[in-house]
Amino acid sequence: MSDTAKTAFLHGGLLALLFALQFVLPAYHHGNLARIMVLASFAIGFNVMFGYTGLLSLGHALFFAAGMYGMGLSVQILGFSPAPALIAGLIAGLVVAALVGALALRTVGVAFMIVTLMFAQAGYLTVLYFGSYTRGDEGFVIQQAQRMLWGIDLSDPANRYFAAFALFAVCLLTTLALVRSPFGKVLIAIRENEDRARMLGYDVFKYKLAAVIVSGTISAAAGAAYGLLFGYVGATFASVQYSIFPLLWVLLGGAGTVLGPFIGTLFMFYLIDLSSGITTAYMLIAGVVLVLLTLFAPQGLAGELRKRVWRGLP
Amino acid sequence: MDFGPYLMLASLEGAVTAAVLALTAVGLSLVFGVMRVVNVAHGEFFMLGAVLAWWMTSLIGGHPALGFAVALIVVPVLVGLLAAAADVTILKRIAYDPERTIVATIGILYILQQVTLMTYGPDARPVEPPFNTRLALPWVEFSDGRPQLYWPWGLSTTSYKLGVIAAASVVLIGVWIVMARTRIGLVMRATQMDRDMALAFGIPVEKVYGLVFGLGAGLAAMAAVLIVPIQQAHYLMGGDPLLLSFIVVIIGGLGSLPGTVVAAILIGLSDGIISVFFSPTLAKILATLLVALVLVFRPQGLFGVRRA
Repeated sequence: MSDTAKTAFLHGGLLALLFALQFVLPAYHHGNLARIMVLASFAIGFNVMFGYTGLLSLGHALFFAAGMYGMGLSVQILGFSPAPALIAGLIAGLVVAALVGALALRTVGVAFMIVTLMFAQAGYLTVLYFGSYTRGDEGFVIQQAQRMLWGIDLSDPANRYFAAFALFAVCLLTTLALVRSPFGKVLIAIRENEDRARMLGYDVFKYKLAAVIVSGTISAAAGAAYGLLFGYVGATFASVQYSIFPLLWVLLGGAGTVLGPFIGTLFMFYLIDLSSGITTAYMLIAGVVLVLLTLFAPQGLAGELRKRVWRGLP
Repeated sequence: MDFGPYLMLASLEGAVTAAVLALTAVGLSLVFGVMRVVNVAHGEFFMLGAVLAWWMTSLIGGHPALGFAVALIVVPVLVGLLAAAADVTILKRIAYDPERTIVATIGILYILQQVTLMTYGPDARPVEPPFNTRLALPWVEFSDGRPQLYWPWGLSTTSYKLGVIAAASVVLIGVWIVMARTRIGLVMRATQMDRDMALAFGIPVEKVYGLVFGLGAGLAAMAAVLIVPIQQAHYLMGGDPLLLSFIVVIIGGLGSLPGTVVAAILIGLSDGIISVFFSPTLAKILATLLVALVLVFRPQGLFGVRRA
């Protein structure tokens, strides 16, 4: 099989499997998988920056929350219907990503991480500060009547699963096309050796900014979809924890692989789901996994797969 | 109260914050300066200091001063040893790679925080201060053209708060003497300047790293022991000191100790004063944005010197 055929087979196979699973899964796991697919889209967005461009952002919750609040507030305050509200969320994410990118990309390395962390913290505090609109930590619920997209009730589990699947498929196929395109190859070149990419004549800043914008917009799409599908918008989704989660998922699944974010999200979601049945301190698992990953498997699960089984894994 | 006494009260509260913040931030700055890594778990070592101080004082009982004195000496050492152990088992094995260290210390952050939640529980618990006399403060008022002292109602502080400021100053001077005047300080500074050259001269760089990481965590723990009679011990209390220390270390110039202390006093005082007159959330938003912009436009910090 050629590489292209293998790639198409692998990713098409995953999508077909996820599509088929909705008819057989019991209700509880059906709901979980819908949630996982939306969160995996968030992780896919994060991976564009971290895995392919080598930019570690510690503030991705800002983009997720920008999409979520851009959608939620336009429904709640401006009375938008879901379709324009989703677009409002996307635009909010795009604008925030462009602004943060333009400023933060003037720094490199550790400073870049701290700057993104600080911007995200400022965003979280801003959500709390405008508590009269956002309801702060308590958040607000998007009513069932406001969640009708073209006459489809998104609060219905079957529709919700399908919407999550559609979002995930679009994000997965977009990144797959992206990393195989010349643009994606330049991003990988920047990750591997920024000076060499610059020497070859690429405008590194422009490419990195584009990566931040793509990454932020995908994350915002996931945030907007999460708010709409699960009917809740709250400040927790803007907190540091939601900046750490995508990092955890991508590291676990394998940074710089297209499938990695989904694998990581799936594993981590069920790990936390199982452990929160035993203890309230379920973030302990996240901490232990982070430390073990940095020590023993910095490439993640799909990264190990790439190393051992198929070197051409995109 | 008039504006004057009010401002004085706010500055006094700010001075206590500044003293504790200076200790915490110097610990973070030391680790960054010598090891070139960012310790995201720094706030959790602070939290651990407060929780262990509660545990130790309630274990010892008797006069509050006794338990407190023991805690003030033993707790920083315990936390320092724990941090040094984390350094040897985790950070050393990833060769202090800056990015992987951040990820690993985020992991350590959650481990410490959640283990505390499992053992100590979600409650906030107070520690009794060793001494706590209320001191009324005078204010000068001009009446009939002559200055007169009077004691406005509500303008007071406690002897303990003044004690915190004094203790923090003593410890900071101690740190400075160690860094500037002793052999171990010389070794640390040599490692900070050029790791490879220090190694070539036979300095056991990895041991120095373990020591510095422990020392940094110990300073945070000591700051927490000092503040815990004023603020209660809680498993989530590490977030604010971490954020503020970051702000201080960045404004003061990464790795510069005098800059860190100056910035701590500046930020502590203005935090105290701003939160009295404005919303604390707004103050935090402005402070975090300021830090981000300082890093973007003046990466050497406001007081730092740009390195070649």
